[in-house]
Amino acid sequence: MSIAPPPTGPVPYAKESALALLHDMLRIRRLEEKCAELYGEGKIRGFLHLYIGEEAVAVGALHALKPEDNIVATYREHGHALVRGVPMGAIVAEMYGKREGCSRGRGGSMHLFDARTRLFGGNAIVGGGLPLAVGLALADKMRGVERITACFFGEGAMAEGAFHESMNLAAVWRLPVLFCCENNLYAMGTALERSESQTDLCAKAVSYNVPAARTDGQDVVSVHEATRQAQQHVRDGKGPFFVEYQTYRYRAHSMFDAELYRDKREVEEWKTRGPLHTFSARLKAEGKLTEEEFLGIDREAGAEVDRAVAFADAGTWEPVEDLMRDLYTEAAT
Amino acid sequence: MSRLSYREGMRQALREALAGDPRVFLMGEDVGRYGGTYAVTKGLLEEFGPERVRDTPLSELGFVGAGVGAALGGMRPIVEVMTVNFSLLALDQIVNHAALYHHMSGGQFSVPLVIRMATGAGRQVAAQHSHSFENWYASIPGIKVLAPGTVEDARDMLAPALADPDPVVIFEHVQLYNMEADVPEARNADIRSAAVRREGKMVSLITYGGSLSKTLQAAAELAQEGIDAEVVDLRVLRPLDSASILASVRKCRRAVVVDESWRTGSLAAEIVARIAEEAFYDLDAPPVRVCTEEVPIPYAKHLEEAALPQPAKIVAAVKAALGR
Repeated sequence: MSIAPPPTGPVPYAKESALALLHDMLRIRRLEEKCAELYGEGKIRGFLHLYIGEEAVAVGALHALKPEDNIVATYREHGHALVRGVPMGAIVAEMYGKREGCSRGRGGSMHLFDARTRLFGGNAIVGGGLPLAVGLALADKMRGVERITACFFGEGAMAEGAFHESMNLAAVWRLPVLFCCENNLYAMGTALERSESQTDLCAKAVSYNVPAARTDGQDVVSVHEATRQAQQHVRDGKGPFFVEYQTYRYRAHSMFDAELYRDKREVEEWKTRGPLHTFSARLKAEGKLTEEEFLGIDREAGAEVDRAVAFADAGTWEPVEDLMRDLYTEAAT
Repeated sequence: MSRLSYREGMRQALREALAGDPRVFLMGEDVGRYGGTYAVTKGLLEEFGPERVRDTPLSELGFVGAGVGAALGGMRPIVEVMTVNFSLLALDQIVNHAALYHHMSGGQFSVPLVIRMATGAGRQVAAQHSHSFENWYASIPGIKVLAPGTVEDARDMLAPALADPDPVVIFEHVQLYNMEADVPEARNADIRSAAVRREGKMVSLITYGGSLSKTLQAAAELAQEGIDAEVVDLRVLRPLDSASILASVRKCRRAVVVDESWRTGSLAAEIVARIAEEAFYDLDAPPVRVCTEEVPIPYAKHLEEAALPQPAKIVAAVKAALGR
């Protein structure tokens, strides 16, 4: 597939808001780079899926939502948790398997949960979060709670029955669900055009009478604007909306992936559209960002990562006697 | 006392749950206008309206998952899956989501969801509509599994299931819906313990759900031949009430487990294993299983009957255990 030119054009936000977007993208980038390092050191184990390259999606989308909204995410969800307000230390501690982790060490990288910010999980069953999102929205609608549910999933999930059943249910019941498809072109190693007869993802949503929009997932401005409009539609009680964010994963699918399925040149080409440097360049061109300011924001992100790692290092292991804890709500049975 | 069918008992419980708690709602295939595949929910749509008695598309994975989400979102959904056979399409949401979310979130989220489904064979509906997979569900930590085998339990186990903060799966055997009994005033049944349905001394017959009435029938036949059998109704398949099982086995010193699942990996296998582990030296004979033959349930009546546990098979197993 041909790759679009890097995002350009004016950034329609005041300096402070624009820098907040940049800051969050940098926080994710630096956290993810550190996670890769910690994986190498053996401090993080299991599956680790990095969001490097896709930062603009979580940042642009989540900045367009309200704190009281529900979020359902995938196993590539460190960035979503972070932007949502889960402390970085609790995220790193979770990946370590420590008691201070946001899921008490029971979930790990793929299962970040946080009741306070209404983050209903990193879900590691592809498509598994979609029916949950439908149910969360159903509960809100029945209870008269003014809130929407944003459900993130990859384009790979759209081959699952759960996607189709959920789109239909949300549409037929007119539920306040914002379906956020992070299309990074590969379901693990299987390219979209190798696995889908219909590669126009929006057409699938529209076939369920769910309105849809496609947007440049490497451009935080496009993401933010598309999500702002989509969430308003959902919030106004007009039923679900589907947004396709066209993005790209710069790193391997997980730490076990030899990347045999894609051309290195393709990865390099997509890097020319990197969400961080293209956005920074636009801000600089408009006089909303100086190099000193960029370095300052980056240093701040780096320091937060250092503190998070220190927090996780100082964390504690849950005693083995507590193994059966939290199996059932009242007490281990 | 009032005369009720199993179906009416369940319907009464559903009506009281809907009337008593605005968070409770019912959803599933044909629960509304059709009145329920087994007519359990008949009349509830008219009484409570389409918001709370919600017909779903044929999307077991989707609407069971929606039930999990609605439970996470503060509701108390009762999801009806038409039969256990179709619940296989929803297993991911039950096993990978409902059962795991409390633990995997470090105790932050609970899933107060009730899933009801019909189970079992005996109606000549052939192999795809005759499964008994209670044992699969009963093997999963994080959920609770109930199998009301009496009219009273059909009526009285729903309220505590709804009050439970975790997912509860209720199995209703298709052969029981028409069963009638005189039952006392409704009460909140416990959903922890097994019940002795017939006291006896010579052999402990352990069973649940649709096999309970067959086992009681076998026990009555045995009594005519002077064999005094005790019948234990498990009622709760997860967590299993091991203490009650072992107490009965220790008293009777012989055990026959009756279970409509296929023998291999059945709940009966688990119970026999527990008996062997915990009460081996209290036994006068090896424990015995009466299960379904390991064949897809055939359509033809005589073959279906031959495949399933029947009173005659139970009687024969008991006599063999007693060396008669």
